[in-house]
Amino acid sequence: MSYIRPNIRHPQLPVNEIGFTRADYEGALSTLCAGCGHDSISASILQSCFELSIEPHKVAKMSGIGCSSKTPAYFLGNSHGFNSVHGRMPSVATGANLANRDLVYIGVSGDGDTASIGMGQFAHVVRRNLNMVYIVMNNGCYGLTKGQDSATADRGSASKKGVPNPYSSIDLCETAIQLGAGFVARSFSGDKEQLIPLIKAAISHRGFALIDVVSPCVTFNNTAKSTKSYDHVREHVNATGTFDFVPLKEEITTQYEPGKTEEITLHDGSAIRLHKATENLDFNSPRSAMNEIEKHKEKGEILTGLLYLNPQTPDTHELLGTTNKPLNSLTEDALIPGKKVLDTINESFQ
Amino acid sequence: MHKIKATNDFVIKFANINGTGSASANNMFAKSIFRSGLQVTPKNIFPSNIQGLPTWYEVRVNDKGYLGRRGGVDFMVATNGQTMKQDFEEVLPGGYFLYDNSKPLPPSYQRDDLNLIGIPLTDICNKEYSDPRQRQLFKNIVYVGALSYLLDIEFDIFQQLVQDQFKGKEKLITPNIHALELGYRYAKENHETTCELSIEAKDLNKGKILVDGNTGTALGAIYAGATVAGWYPITPSTSVVDAFEKYCKRLRVCPSSGQNNFAIIQAEDELSAMGMVLGASWNGARAFTATSGPGLSLMSEFLGLAYFAEIPGVLVDVQRTGPSTGMPTRTQQSDILPAAYASHGDTKHICLYPANPNECFKMSFDAFELTEQLQTPVIILSDLDLGMNDNLCDAFDWDDATHLNRGKVLSKDELDNMQERWGRYLDLDDDGIGYRTIPGTHPTKGSYFTRGSSHDEYAAYTESSEAYVRSMKRLEKKWETAKQLVPAPQYFKAQSKANIGAIFYGTSTDASLEAIDLTAEKEIAINGLKINAFPFSDDVKKFIDEHDFVFVIEQNRDGQLKTLLVNELNINPANLVSILNYDGMPITANFICQEIDATLDRAKITPLHKAERI
Repeated sequence: MSYIRPNIRHPQLPVNEIGFTRADYEGALSTLCAGCGHDSISASILQSCFELSIEPHKVAKMSGIGCSSKTPAYFLGNSHGFNSVHGRMPSVATGANLANRDLVYIGVSGDGDTASIGMGQFAHVVRRNLNMVYIVMNNGCYGLTKGQDSATADRGSASKKGVPNPYSSIDLCETAIQLGAGFVARSFSGDKEQLIPLIKAAISHRGFALIDVVSPCVTFNNTAKSTKSYDHVREHVNATGTFDFVPLKEEITTQYEPGKTEEITLHDGSAIRLHKATENLDFNSPRSAMNEIEKHKEKGEILTGLLYLNPQTPDTHELLGTTNKPLNSLTEDALIPGKKVLDTINESFQ
Repeated sequence: MHKIKATNDFVIKFANINGTGSASANNMFAKSIFRSGLQVTPKNIFPSNIQGLPTWYEVRVNDKGYLGRRGGVDFMVATNGQTMKQDFEEVLPGGYFLYDNSKPLPPSYQRDDLNLIGIPLTDICNKEYSDPRQRQLFKNIVYVGALSYLLDIEFDIFQQLVQDQFKGKEKLITPNIHALELGYRYAKENHETTCELSIEAKDLNKGKILVDGNTGTALGAIYAGATVAGWYPITPSTSVVDAFEKYCKRLRVCPSSGQNNFAIIQAEDELSAMGMVLGASWNGARAFTATSGPGLSLMSEFLGLAYFAEIPGVLVDVQRTGPSTGMPTRTQQSDILPAAYASHGDTKHICLYPANPNECFKMSFDAFELTEQLQTPVIILSDLDLGMNDNLCDAFDWDDATHLNRGKVLSKDELDNMQERWGRYLDLDDDGIGYRTIPGTHPTKGSYFTRGSSHDEYAAYTESSEAYVRSMKRLEKKWETAKQLVPAPQYFKAQSKANIGAIFYGTSTDASLEAIDLTAEKEIAINGLKINAFPFSDDVKKFIDEHDFVFVIEQNRDGQLKTLLVNELNINPANLVSILNYDGMPITANFICQEIDATLDRAKITPLHKAERI
């Protein structure tokens, strides 16, 4: 690194409810290409945690391998991070969550890491409804290995090499809805107004929350023929609406036009207030969500925003009947049955 | 007619069809020998199938302390038409052949050195029972009843076994005892003096149990405080997790809330299973997975990550016959090398080699202690023979004064009181082991980024060659530390001075010890060394150096432990002579003796007394 971040902070930086400044949520300097969409997403994650007043050490950052999976080093430097192996972040996150259900798990992955090598693990972590936020930094290409198409590249889209992708693409949002995810959203790295409340809501949602964020690769896939370039996404994006994330304590005062506004209370008591742009979309219906996504695709549009939400799905721990206490906090008294019990067990083998 | 005569020293084999209820009857027979106070070695030889294929159950009986397979069959219980001819031919001359004589034996069954014992199992059951299922199930119980008479096993023992087995299902007790009596009576009336094999009860099993190794491994995990298991079904390891779950449900459910103090997830594959183990261990829970060879191959990627990023995790590999799918229901010790060096790059893993269920229990506990102390994965190498067969061993033992050693984990207070800058991979104690932190411990101190990419002492990404070499060297130092912590080898010194040594491990142990005894009877002394763990301690090299040559007895084709010894201890391969059994069946003492004899013949080593005469 040719320079280091200055260590001087303004004495009157704003602090959040628990006394942390935004700087307390920063990480190391990014080494990604200038203009990479991923850096905007990192900034949005950082901002969301700051605004939600989450203690940094109560977050665990999980990732696989790839440009996207490097980003956890660039935000939340006071949180533990785990950069695992390619496509295997979901299983590592599952184990971590089993050990301590009290932390916030933010998984960051890419389109290669999720939709190709990690497709199996992705499908199953959704099925098990692990309580985590799963952010895909989706640029439709492999960056670190110099721009090969990924499985989320649209058919016909061409990256820097100029060869249109002949294969059909995997839509991770539709896949997640089909597999039973409780929270599914799509966003664009260039739209922080939308992304930050989505991340905040995803953190507050109990269960699996997917945010598939289209995040252009400035080096390999920002071409005129790419459907994941900055220009293409800006021109073809169509949001399901705008929404506010309302933390638990805030009183709801604003009145909205009935019919177009919907309020959904999350498991932790916070709420999402949606101002729907697409009247046909019923956020509680997987079928409606799939329908709207496909309808927009037919028109060549990218539907972003919240796509599907069911706040009442039981998460992995509830499905397993695990104790409310983190398993990693249980003491020997609770875990080791002792000699007398073992003697009885021995008798059953005599 | 020659008859094999023996008291408390014979091999009986049952030939059955799987899915017909023979397993519980055969288990009852084995347990009757256990309760007669004798050594018993049952081996279940079963197909990779649910119903309709041949299955065998071999039981060795003796009172001299031998627990391995002997080789040869003295008494065959033949109930499977598909294999009857082969079973008929397998019995040793002078042996006994018990068959269902409801139909006569085909004319091709010609042996004049066999003692035939006909019991009309089908006729007896057809006469007694009308339900077809009962007719089938009780055939097995009838032959067990007949054996009680033929082999002089106290009938009371069977009565008690039936009562124990059907506790809670009392109405099944009387019909089962009745079926036993039918067999007993028929044998007494028709074969009063046929059989010269007999059981004479002794009291050799005080403090012993008869249990499968996978149960021992699972209980070891319970007593080590393991809370998380991620796994994928595969024979012969599935029953490790089954047993863990069974005992968790009994011992780990909070009585007040009804909530589970454990979490078990059946993963989508072995990759995921191992990922869950590492995620949980990284986050401060004790976690394990159980698998077999094919799963070990898939888990190798994660093992490399765990080695380099220094994450604990316990992997139980219940080995089966490879390569590839191999023979999934047969045994082998053939993952020794792939486990030791699993994954790409320079990796080495701590391996433990249990030989009986008691060691499964102890080493399972040890594995969790070692993995956290050394911050590296530990692999337990059991096998199908040990894992799935009932093995006679010392009862499991636990000292209530035991406390878990969780290794170098910094608490919040320790982080608060720390003056110097903390680095995850700093070697402060000169043992190659750094201090780790668990996520969520401290608001501002101790966070770091775990990664499988090259990192410096402060866990920061680096492409510096110097930093990389420093960390690889430190891992080597940690490996040296491990040598002091893993279970030491056990020395079995011969009665007289020996120039020959024998090294063995795991399920090759019992048959090897017996073969050494049998060879000693021929006045050839062999010192034995049972290897319990990898890395090898200095004692192993010393043992090899002290002998003219050393047999390495194992159950794989390529001499995997031998390769490991040569490679790790810089041994001249010429000093190690492999004795290898890899047909999928547990190694026998007879086979080892033959191999030893053949080697000694080639080397022209003569017994001491002959040498003196020359």
